[in-house]
Amino acid sequence: MLRFILKRLGLALITLWILSVIVFFAGQVLPGDPARAILGPLAAPQAVHALRHQLGLDQSLLSQYWNWISSFVKGDPGTSYQYQAPIGPILTAALGRSLKLAALAFVIVVPLSIFAGIVAALNVGRPVDRTISVVGLSGTTVPEFVSGIILIVVFAVGLGWLPVSALAPPGSSFLTQIKYLILPAIPLVLVLFGYIMRMARAGTVEALESDYARTATLKGLPRGVMIRRHVLRNSLLPTITVIATQTGYLIGGLVVVEVLFRYPGLGQLVAQAATNKDFPMLEAGVLTIGIVYMLVTLIADIGFSLLNPRIRLSAVE
Amino acid sequence: MSSTAADALTVEGIDISYRVRGRDLVTIRDVSFRIGRGESYGLVGESGSGKSTIALAVVRYLARNGRVSKGSIAIDGRDVLALNGGELRKLRQDTVSMVYQEPGKALNPTIKVGRQVAEVFELAGLKGAEALDRSREMLEKVRISDPAGVMNRYPHQLSGGMLQRVVIAMALAAEPSLLILDEPTTALDATVEAEVLDLVSALRTEFQTSLLFISHNLAVIAKMCDRVGVLYAGEMMEEGSAREVFDDPRNPYTVGLLRCIPRRGTAKNQDTLDTIPGFPPGPGETGQGCVFADRCGLVEERCRTEAPPLYDAGPERESRCHFHERAQTLPRVVKPETEVAAAANGSGPGEVLVSAADVSKTFHIEGQTIHGLVDVSVEVRAGETLGLVGESGSGKTTLARVLLGLTSPDQGAMLAIEGKALPENAHSRTLDQRKALQIVFQNPDSALNRRHSIRRLLSRALDKLGGYRGEALTTRLRALLSEVRLAERYLPMRPAQLSGGLKQRVAIARAFAGDPKIVVCDEPTSALDVSVQAAILNLLNDLQRREQVSYLFISHDLGVVRYLSDRIAVLYLGRIMEIGTAEQVFNAPHHPYTEALLSAVPTLESGEAARERIKLEGEIPSAANPPTGCVFHTRCPRFLGDVCVNTEPPLAEAEPGHAIRCHIPLEELRRLQGEEVTVAGAGD
Amino acid sequence: MSIDAVPIESAGALAVERSEVRKDLLRQLVRSPLFLIGAFILLVWIVCAIFGSAIAPHSAFEQNLENINQAPSSAHLFGTDQLGRDMFSRVIVGSRNIMIIAPLGTILGTVLGTALGLIMGYFRGWPDDTLGRIVEAFLALPLVVTALLVVTALGHSNAIIILVIGIVFTPLIARTVRAAVLLESGLDYVSAARLRGERSPYIMFVEILPNVSAPILVEFTVRLGYAVFLVATLSFLGLGIQPPSPDWGLEISQNAQQVAAGYWWEVVFDAAAIISLVVAVNLVSDSIERVLER
Repeated sequence: MLRFILKRLGLALITLWILSVIVFFAGQVLPGDPARAILGPLAAPQAVHALRHQLGLDQSLLSQYWNWISSFVKGDPGTSYQYQAPIGPILTAALGRSLKLAALAFVIVVPLSIFAGIVAALNVGRPVDRTISVVGLSGTTVPEFVSGIILIVVFAVGLGWLPVSALAPPGSSFLTQIKYLILPAIPLVLVLFGYIMRMARAGTVEALESDYARTATLKGLPRGVMIRRHVLRNSLLPTITVIATQTGYLIGGLVVVEVLFRYPGLGQLVAQAATNKDFPMLEAGVLTIGIVYMLVTLIADIGFSLLNPRIRLSAVE
Repeated sequence: MSSTAADALTVEGIDISYRVRGRDLVTIRDVSFRIGRGESYGLVGESGSGKSTIALAVVRYLARNGRVSKGSIAIDGRDVLALNGGELRKLRQDTVSMVYQEPGKALNPTIKVGRQVAEVFELAGLKGAEALDRSREMLEKVRISDPAGVMNRYPHQLSGGMLQRVVIAMALAAEPSLLILDEPTTALDATVEAEVLDLVSALRTEFQTSLLFISHNLAVIAKMCDRVGVLYAGEMMEEGSAREVFDDPRNPYTVGLLRCIPRRGTAKNQDTLDTIPGFPPGPGETGQGCVFADRCGLVEERCRTEAPPLYDAGPERESRCHFHERAQTLPRVVKPETEVAAAANGSGPGEVLVSAADVSKTFHIEGQTIHGLVDVSVEVRAGETLGLVGESGSGKTTLARVLLGLTSPDQGAMLAIEGKALPENAHSRTLDQRKALQIVFQNPDSALNRRHSIRRLLSRALDKLGGYRGEALTTRLRALLSEVRLAERYLPMRPAQLSGGLKQRVAIARAFAGDPKIVVCDEPTSALDVSVQAAILNLLNDLQRREQVSYLFISHDLGVVRYLSDRIAVLYLGRIMEIGTAEQVFNAPHHPYTEALLSAVPTLESGEAARERIKLEGEIPSAANPPTGCVFHTRCPRFLGDVCVNTEPPLAEAEPGHAIRCHIPLEELRRLQGEEVTVAGAGD
Repeated sequence: MSIDAVPIESAGALAVERSEVRKDLLRQLVRSPLFLIGAFILLVWIVCAIFGSAIAPHSAFEQNLENINQAPSSAHLFGTDQLGRDMFSRVIVGSRNIMIIAPLGTILGTVLGTALGLIMGYFRGWPDDTLGRIVEAFLALPLVVTALLVVTALGHSNAIIILVIGIVFTPLIARTVRAAVLLESGLDYVSAARLRGERSPYIMFVEILPNVSAPILVEFTVRLGYAVFLVATLSFLGLGIQPPSPDWGLEISQNAQQVAAGYWWEVVFDAAAIISLVVAVNLVSDSIERVLER
């Protein structure tokens, strides 16, 4: 078991390392000179040269990479071109806000989609199943900004029930904050719902058709007990992993939703850095997203193995 | 056995139909049988005969689109089809239970075994601790060693044999009056199968349970059942006491089926297997007459127009044939005399064709080291068949793959063909070497590319291996088809459009495309029905006679191996335990493992039903963790003592051409085994 | 009632029916109403993309500052935007961009992903491990973020967006193809080909590829839907086509601030267009998947 965790951890670290290389070298492809970009076209060549030196741009690519990654690991991701300020604090604040929004979306979508998936599976082929599947499919395929703008048109502007902006005034209570976040959370929920629901449905259908479900039924177990004890445990296990991989979609959705609702989270920060060609900020933001994603999948993997005796006991054998 | 009300199961004239694309397909037609209290009833039939469908109908677990459209089913006199949800659940809780073909899938992978057994007791009203206690007692009854330990394990930690014991324990826990066993030992190894069958027999008496035993294996049914019903295409063809049906069949189908099976101890040059021509009809394809009419050698006009009823064919005997009195006059499809004569012409063993010396293969899987093969040396002579016998994990398939160059052996192995060294990797071999060594795989569905037509499959092989192009290829393709007796109309078809037997013929044709010197046959008939198997075995035999090809024939079916092989090697945990001519290996003195293996296999011969079986203790050890000394010592019925535990015996020549890996001296083996073996020679 | 699905014993019938599956596939698709609806909507947008300006009642670019922010009327079916341009025409012409980029990007990703997946699944060993790690690293980023990164680095032209979609889809498709290839290479027909002395490219492309075409087709259609999603999102983030060209995603982002003033029609029709397109693609892909699974 411990070996399993260490192996996973090692693999995650390797993946992150490759990611950092990809991210770093993506930045190097950028046409033009960052120093020139910062100082503008009118700056004196000496000033540009000085800044290049200051930024370390005159060193070899490898040592640039090394400087960047080692200071990132130490908690200093560098200086933003756009803000002319250290990236660290800006990034942390934005990450905090994004996590808040993501957490709300998660808390809503996970129970909802699993429940819907199970209900659909228990009614395979019936109208309930078709309805849930169609709703899920539609939600998954519509981009967040599209559903977001319609939500704004209807609930914020049309009906005036909820605020248009996502950021609650400073010092707001927990409930007020949720009220502000609920509208941006819904597009995220819509996209995730379909994915998780489909997985829960497929897993449950498979478990229902399994030989062990037949054994349980032919033992004479009441259907409810059979489903709770024999079907759900097996069907929800794979769903956990799916939920973790969906964090990818969630973060991608955050970028869009935060831009639409003007919410100063990590997503908006990255999007702005991209538009403004603020590469240090973009690189740091993207790598942070990668770290968050790997962390979540790692936790899910470990959770999965704890619940799955096949993996949990493999080290003992 | 007289009053219907007391019967454990009464099935009365049932039809079962499935609704497929708006049509009702009748798969079971007018089937009736009854099982008296304490009686053991066997349903036997080939795949597609509908035997499992009947079992599932009895417990009302048909697929959603299936239903019993006619007739009635009663368990303990209660009408199963009329029960409501609660009553049905009660019936399943305490009156009827089931054991399945794949025990690994029948248990929930995420719940401990003990809890799953305890559920049955909880349903009967017992509370936690008490239910667990009873479960442990139940596991003791199915002779699981260390029941307390097993209780706390998950299914994936147990072997197939153990799992099936657990399922049996679970099924018998509620002391049902009817136990249904659906191919309960088909997925198990021979020695494990024998143990499980013994267990079922013993428990059946102890619990006074009636059995409905479903199997495709006639010998297993003969061993386990009092009465038997033979199913074909969803209809009951013949019914009667097991002994009488198999010794004195009254239906042409049963007669034909029995002639397809190699009799114990018979070899290819002594007897030719008969076959049943044609294919069984699919569901919904049956016409108005007898379902077997198209394949029956006794068919007359009446059979095609008038469906035969179940005729009374003697006391407690019934047969669905207009001519049941003369069923046994069914003409043979394959004429034995000429072929046997031809076989006798075969010259003696030729030169050594292929040899493998000191082959070991170690696998590293998930941190475990598995010794797939340990120091195996074999040679195959020109024109002979070497049979490889062994249970799962014995390494027989690995050995074949090493020879073919699909798996590279550990360092030190020496492969040679016609005296010249053979590269380990198929890619490094010359065209001649590749042509010389070909294979027929177990499962044609896997072996034939399902997106290629038969023409393409065979042409490519003829091109790559035979070097045929253009006109010559077409000519050779025709010849090849006729050699394996495939009609040319199959050429444009895809494999999925052919039946299992035809697909295997295509695979055989492909193996023979480059005029091979040796063909590895890896369980070529184990995925096929008995009637199809016979035709394939005859074909292989035929090809060998004509082409002088050698076979390395792998099978777990001892009857088949004995029938086809000139020499036989017995493998256990990656080691050759015994090797010699077929007669040497099958007759005493032989290795205790061979002895046990032979005695484990049930046979149809009437005299042998009562023979004393040599019991093997425990399960086959894992190849990842093989026993010390002689690897067989943990289960050996002739265990000597410390020497077996500490020292691995050498594979020593016992007589010319016959080697045995055992510490017991040959004379001692002869004495020990001679006492009870009056049987093995009976077939010769 | 506890009656659950159990396979039917009818191997014989199956073998016969399989032969007609090919022709049946199209027939089944055409018979499915959902597929027909999806295909019809797709056709409408394809026509718009090809003949855009010819069909549109007004010019999509012509500004009319005296006629800004007009609500939908008979003159302007979808109203006008903040520069007085006809929204109906802009929605029609705005289809072209997405209708070109999404399919081309998906095709690129499918081709690259299939090649990569075949290599990984067939050779296993170190090529699989190395490529697998890189694929994993790519998949550790949300597609939108990867696209953001690449577009920022390479600049935004249509060709680059197509490339980006191709690149971000490659690992996803590679993963699916690899899994399918892995299953296939375990089958004996691959061993048989090796025993015939076939070379690896032959085995990969002639023996294995046809057998994994079904999952590739499904993957293609599913990804096509997601490509539409992605192209629209990139435009919305300002990383796609630039103003004044009409584009659904871009327009929503530019006009989003107008909503607060009550000019809902400046975003809603673009939103509806995007929804109709993604739903259409998904209806088609879902139908194909259902038919193939059967």
